[in-house]
Amino acid sequence: MIIIDTGDRIAAKAAQMARPEFIAAYPITPQTVIVEKTAEYAETGELDAEYVRVESEHSAMTAVIGAAITGIRTFTATSSHGLALMHEMLHWAALSRLPIVMVNVNRTLGPGWNIWADQTDALAQRDTGWVQFYCSSCQEIFDAILQAYRLAEMEDVQLPVMVNYDAFVLSHTSMPVEVPDQAEIDKFLPPYRALWQIDPDDPITYANMVPQAHYGGIRKDMQDAHERVKDLVPRIANDWEQRFGTNHGGLVDQIQCEDAEYVLVTMGAFGAEAKVAVEQLRDEGVKAGLARIRLFRPFPSEVFWELSRGRTFVVVDRGVSVGAGGGIYTELKSALYGHSTAPVHSFIAGLGGKDVTYGEMADMVKRVAAGKAGEVEWWGLDGQGGA
Amino acid sequence: MAVKSLPKEELMRPGGGGCPGCPSSLALRIALKALGKNSVVVMPACCAVVCVGPYPKSSIDVPVVSMAFEASAAAASGIVSGFKRKGKEDTNVVVWAGDGGTYDIGLQALSGAVERGTDFIYICYNNEMYSNTGIQRSGATPFGAWTTTTWTGKEERKKDLPAIMRAHGLPYMATAIPCYQEDLFRKVQKAMSIRGPKYIEILAPCPPGWRFPMEKMLEIGRLAVDTGAFALYEYENGQLTFNLKSKSILEQKVEPKPIEEYLQLQGRFAHLFKPQRNEEALSRIRAELDENWDRMRKQVECGVA
Amino acid sequence: MSQKVKTTISYPVDGAMGQTGVWRDFRPVLDSSKCVKCLKCWIACPDACIKRAEDDSISIDYVYCKGCGICANECPTKAITMKREGLGE
Repeated sequence: MIIIDTGDRIAAKAAQMARPEFIAAYPITPQTVIVEKTAEYAETGELDAEYVRVESEHSAMTAVIGAAITGIRTFTATSSHGLALMHEMLHWAALSRLPIVMVNVNRTLGPGWNIWADQTDALAQRDTGWVQFYCSSCQEIFDAILQAYRLAEMEDVQLPVMVNYDAFVLSHTSMPVEVPDQAEIDKFLPPYRALWQIDPDDPITYANMVPQAHYGGIRKDMQDAHERVKDLVPRIANDWEQRFGTNHGGLVDQIQCEDAEYVLVTMGAFGAEAKVAVEQLRDEGVKAGLARIRLFRPFPSEVFWELSRGRTFVVVDRGVSVGAGGGIYTELKSALYGHSTAPVHSFIAGLGGKDVTYGEMADMVKRVAAGKAGEVEWWGLDGQGGA
Repeated sequence: MAVKSLPKEELMRPGGGGCPGCPSSLALRIALKALGKNSVVVMPACCAVVCVGPYPKSSIDVPVVSMAFEASAAAASGIVSGFKRKGKEDTNVVVWAGDGGTYDIGLQALSGAVERGTDFIYICYNNEMYSNTGIQRSGATPFGAWTTTTWTGKEERKKDLPAIMRAHGLPYMATAIPCYQEDLFRKVQKAMSIRGPKYIEILAPCPPGWRFPMEKMLEIGRLAVDTGAFALYEYENGQLTFNLKSKSILEQKVEPKPIEEYLQLQGRFAHLFKPQRNEEALSRIRAELDENWDRMRKQVECGVA
Repeated sequence: MSQKVKTTISYPVDGAMGQTGVWRDFRPVLDSSKCVKCLKCWIACPDACIKRAEDDSISIDYVYCKGCGICANECPTKAITMKREGLGE
């Protein structure tokens, strides 16, 4: 069945079809629609779950953790400052190895108050141990959420997963989405079986003090799980494609990269823009391609080692780690070191929701091709930028 | 109820990590006798977590959920819902938190959970300071008390958190103290029999924090009650009922012992007496005490809480 | 419960913090002839180190007793007294 709806409402629909038994969420623009829609589902019975209207995002993640440790599937959603507020509990969820799935609508942080698209919010959480996906269409949002549950709950994973998409550009933009039948979804995503849980019949103490010697092993186990995620994501995506026909490109969605000299590297809604930029560039005779990162954590280093041969990367970042550089840029350079000497150019653009068109992205590539681009360029500040 | 009739089964093991004479450990041991095995205890960062002991060992024979400092009531909300889905609505979900994680950093989560009518028992063991991090002042520290962040004595009065809880209109709240074990036991049992959010505050005289010899831990508690510094009461259906000696003090059938008897035994108030008496602070302490009891008398008289 | 993921799950045992009896400076010593089996010591021990027998007599767990002295302080007949550790007795 095809429905046409906004990113947020599609996310809520995906969450409903995943059959979580517990949702606790706190509203923040532009995620509010998810909170409202899931509350409605819970009250009308379309979703058979406990719904707790918590008093903050920190409590939202905490309540989700509390429910998850009793051995049930959970869901929450947030954005921007809400994500920042629950930062402590993101660490907690990942270190507890709980398969929580959360939607994060990428919105920047203030001051000044800014409700528009920017990936700095989720980039700032990349150290927490959460798996991170970035979507560039409403169909991808739907698919990613259900695949996230399947991934998170695998015995070899047991990690929380964040599904990201841009504020307003995707959260409030309607697109057609193919929604499978619930019965088919249930076959793809069977009921959750917790590996451990709180149960008075078998008293355990969870999360007590850990002596120094024992702590490192906990982190290493998380890292090992992240390594396995890189293999499992494409397998799950292929299984989905066989059942439902859609596939958004595995770890990195590669468009026209085979003979490309310049490869745009970006994530989220920018990925959709970049696809059109590549088409325009090709029309103009530039051998351009697009590597749209879907899985940001774990970072798909191996894909880029392969892709880097004979190519120049043009990274367009919509989030920045001030004092270091663009989120993708810094990760990519770090991943390539020792494996490739491919040039990498950084464009930081679209912060705070500033629009960046496919024409501008094409200009960025042409600037690089003309040898005019510095290694790092901040694009579109106070009227700056252009080929 | 006599001490002998309290259940023999121990749900706390010897060899936990509490200081010798720890009031939280004793209170938890008694509370667990009432709660029984079909319980889960959520503990935010606080002394009790250290008392439980380090991974891979624990000293408590019911599931214990350690939780971030400000978050225990929110975690309890999640656990209550999860247990409902699992058909375990009869399992007691209990928070065991210090005053730091209750009065201060944990107040938001507690207020939210109570306002939502969460079916759990929130027990605050109140040692009137952040003891786990080394005796810093909290919102529950009384006026005049030394702490490591109020070296010359706290200048503000303590927050009345029980009143804040009552303002939420919850079905039951009570105060208790480990020197009156049967009373504490009875109140935990009472809370277990009621659906909805319940709050119990237990005064926890802490030997290293309050600076008194550890063998006197229960004695200091009795003095707290005898001087009126701590009132034992219950709140149910909008009504306040006082217990034991506090009832006699309320009804003015017995004079409370002079507050200085209580203060002088604690090193945290020593600066009020040496090198010379701080009459201003001492009269303020007496005045606040009288004011509190007058207010409670009026509340009981008017049937409000 | 098997642990397939590494996260902090612990199990209840005696002596979670070790042999806490070594913390003592003073040990409680019972004179059973004075004991009236009121069980005030049993209920007052913060560490469950006073063991209650079927007949309500008590014994002290010296492996874990931390020597806080509350039991001796509470005993109405002074059946428990605190003796300095390590000085013989």
